[in-house]
Amino acid sequence: MLTYYIELAVRNLKRSPGLTLLMVLTIGFGVAASMTTYSVFRAVSGDPIPWKSSQLFVPQIDMWGPTGRGADGEPPDAMDYADAMKLMRDHRAKLQSAMYQISPSIVPADAGKHPVNTSGHAVSSEFFPMLDVPFLYGNGWSADDDAQRAAVVVISSKLNQKLFRGANSVGKTIDIEGKDYRVVGVLNDWNPQPRFYDVVNSGGFSTGLDDVFLPFDRAISLGMANDGNTNCNEIPKESGFVGLQRSSCVWIAFMAELDDAASAAAYRQYLDGYAHQQQQSGRFAWAPNNRLRNLPDWLDSEHVVPSDTKVSLLVALGLLMVCLVNTAGLLLAKFLRRSSEIGVRRALGAQRNSIYAQFLTEAGMVGMAGGVLGLLLTGLGVLSVGWVLPKEIATLARVDFVLLALTLVIAILATLLAGLYPTFRASRVQPAWQLKSN
Amino acid sequence: MNAHPILAALRRHKAGVILIALQIALTLAIVCNAIFIIGQRIDRVNRPTGIDEANLFVVSQQWVGTPESGAPGAVDTIDSLVRADLDTLRRLPGVESVAPVNSVPLFGSSHVNGITLTPDQKNSTLSATIYEGDDKLMSTLGVQLIAGRAFTAADVLRMDFHDDTLPPSVIVSQAAAEKLFPNQSAIGKTIYSDSKPTTIVGEVKLLESSMAESFAKDSDYYTIIEPVRQVGDNSRYVVKTRPGQQAAAMAATRDALFAANPQRVIDSERGILSFAQIRYAAYRADRGMAILMAVVCLIMLCVTAAGIVGLTSFWVGQRHRQIGVRRALGARKSDILHYFQIENLMIAGGGVVVGVVLAVGLNLWLMSQYEMPRMPVMYVLIGMVALLALGQAAVFVPARRASRVSPIEATRAA
Repeated sequence: MLTYYIELAVRNLKRSPGLTLLMVLTIGFGVAASMTTYSVFRAVSGDPIPWKSSQLFVPQIDMWGPTGRGADGEPPDAMDYADAMKLMRDHRAKLQSAMYQISPSIVPADAGKHPVNTSGHAVSSEFFPMLDVPFLYGNGWSADDDAQRAAVVVISSKLNQKLFRGANSVGKTIDIEGKDYRVVGVLNDWNPQPRFYDVVNSGGFSTGLDDVFLPFDRAISLGMANDGNTNCNEIPKESGFVGLQRSSCVWIAFMAELDDAASAAAYRQYLDGYAHQQQQSGRFAWAPNNRLRNLPDWLDSEHVVPSDTKVSLLVALGLLMVCLVNTAGLLLAKFLRRSSEIGVRRALGAQRNSIYAQFLTEAGMVGMAGGVLGLLLTGLGVLSVGWVLPKEIATLARVDFVLLALTLVIAILATLLAGLYPTFRASRVQPAWQLKSN
Repeated sequence: MNAHPILAALRRHKAGVILIALQIALTLAIVCNAIFIIGQRIDRVNRPTGIDEANLFVVSQQWVGTPESGAPGAVDTIDSLVRADLDTLRRLPGVESVAPVNSVPLFGSSHVNGITLTPDQKNSTLSATIYEGDDKLMSTLGVQLIAGRAFTAADVLRMDFHDDTLPPSVIVSQAAAEKLFPNQSAIGKTIYSDSKPTTIVGEVKLLESSMAESFAKDSDYYTIIEPVRQVGDNSRYVVKTRPGQQAAAMAATRDALFAANPQRVIDSERGILSFAQIRYAAYRADRGMAILMAVVCLIMLCVTAAGIVGLTSFWVGQRHRQIGVRRALGARKSDILHYFQIENLMIAGGGVVVGVVLAVGLNLWLMSQYEMPRMPVMYVLIGMVALLALGQAAVFVPARRASRVSPIEATRAA
């Protein structure tokens, strides 16, 4: 029976090629615009570490007080040195790391080559197990290395390729800012987007890759400057990097792993206790105003998904809606034009259900054709977002099976939805009336 | 023409009429807001920076193996390297002037200080972007001095880049001066940053801040220039060339700097940038958003026009006989044409009224969610006129076909 309906549908669609083409184009463009913007939205709103994001927390401490709060009473979104160090020393979470962005230069062993600039982070040993960082060779460093400020480094596979041609470089040394470091680990391809461990500095997305990770305390003791943002509520009393460490300026990111609700609650209590103690000692002249957000909430509060991306998706969905209304109108015209044909079929004994089946098949076929066109246009759209959107976001948008399948399914479902009312109208055609007026 | 027969006819096609009106309403709501977004982005991209952008390029580099910031003697050592670099750049062919600088408009990296009028004021009067450079900075950037004096070599201090001490004299932008001292001259006045005083010695007409992120607001032009040669683990220079010689000077820069001192890193992508490149990168997202909105608007208007053509054609086909009867009874071709035009005007009019409500609602919602400003009435008016015109244009072809229906049709069986 279905083949019969398909045959009927093809014949009818061929009979008014202009109208059919119009509907296919409408669906194709509407779906492609939505799916292209959706591919971008999907890329930037994804969870970078879905298996663990609810256990990773970012604490915020209000070390600035009322004069430094955001519009909604929000404390600073990074930490000053003193508080970050206190949290590291107290070690109340299962795993935790303070981090700051560095950009040390690496001097290649070949005398002829110029030094290269790298970007990276100074982190604690717990950074690697906490974020499930994948290693190609070796591992992270130990807590002992942290304490001894050991000259050890974890490098990216890209830097390993550049310096060691991809060979296992664990145990080799590299010259960073004039000092020798022992490579303890080489990362497998690891470039999480958004760069969730340091959203404040990356703005969420970054085309660059972190090439080096060094022990936090070592970077501090060598005076390796902060390459990320520094925000100050008051000007540091002393100059230089040491002055920055003694100031209330915020420049350190912090992340902690808390495995269940009870440990999150305990950590929250600990933070409040700490702030309370600071209040009693006179450092804070205000009540505790801390935050402890898990990673998804943190990304949300930092507005990691650009509002342009959301607005684009909304506008594109609006376009899809207009296309649907348009298709509904055209299908209505197309179906009712065949009232006499419906009358004859009904008079010859066709059930209402058969009319439904026939016309929905026709709508579905229009949707299918629109979907196929939509696939091509979505492919083109995703390829061309590169010259419309910022590079760090455009490179994340991808065409994959899920996107293509979704395009086709949405096109067909949308057209069927648009075809529902026209089909209902067609099925209500009175056979007697149609036959008489003929 | 009497509207009654049109309304009576429309009542027989309720569904089609509602669908077209709905489509026009949605199109109006979205197109108005999309065009408003485009307009905002164009405004933003066209904001002046206040500097003479042609023939400027910026060099950013990082030192290798210099003493750490704060170490004894570090300031002297690095400052002499900076001055050597300035000399090297000045000697490049085609270079007119060179100045050290911490950032330039649209560059992205910024240093912002809260400014107060008294030392113990709690909330700052304004937040200003601070530019630091030597006495050559203003002439190199080409900013226009409108009051007071420019810096001389004697004003220039060298300072560790962590050091936020204010120099004794600063130059402010006109926007900042007016905000700080409304209706009076700012020259000679004292301002404070973190309770430390400094004196305003000059005022420049226009100088944009280094972040291009916010929408056109006065605060983007709250800028202060300090006569400071910054000393840190990296340095930045702005170079002005003679017309037509920028490309050659930029190409020669890397080798010349490395020849003078190889202990440095110059990023291969962001190390040497012409101002045109800086501007392009700063507004890339805005341009992209404007293009995207324009494409969506274009598709939407085409779809709506096509929908009107399709449905009207169907109605014309359906009413062939009635049109024939009217023609046989003496209606002129133009009467038939006008009938369909007025019919479309009534449907589109209904759609536009609903659309205005939707457009304003959508704008209010975007305002509450995405920090969008209020849409001026102008955009809605333009959108209304545009959609009514679109309807008329779309209906013309089927309406003309209707007007050509021969009176003979009346005699034929339907």
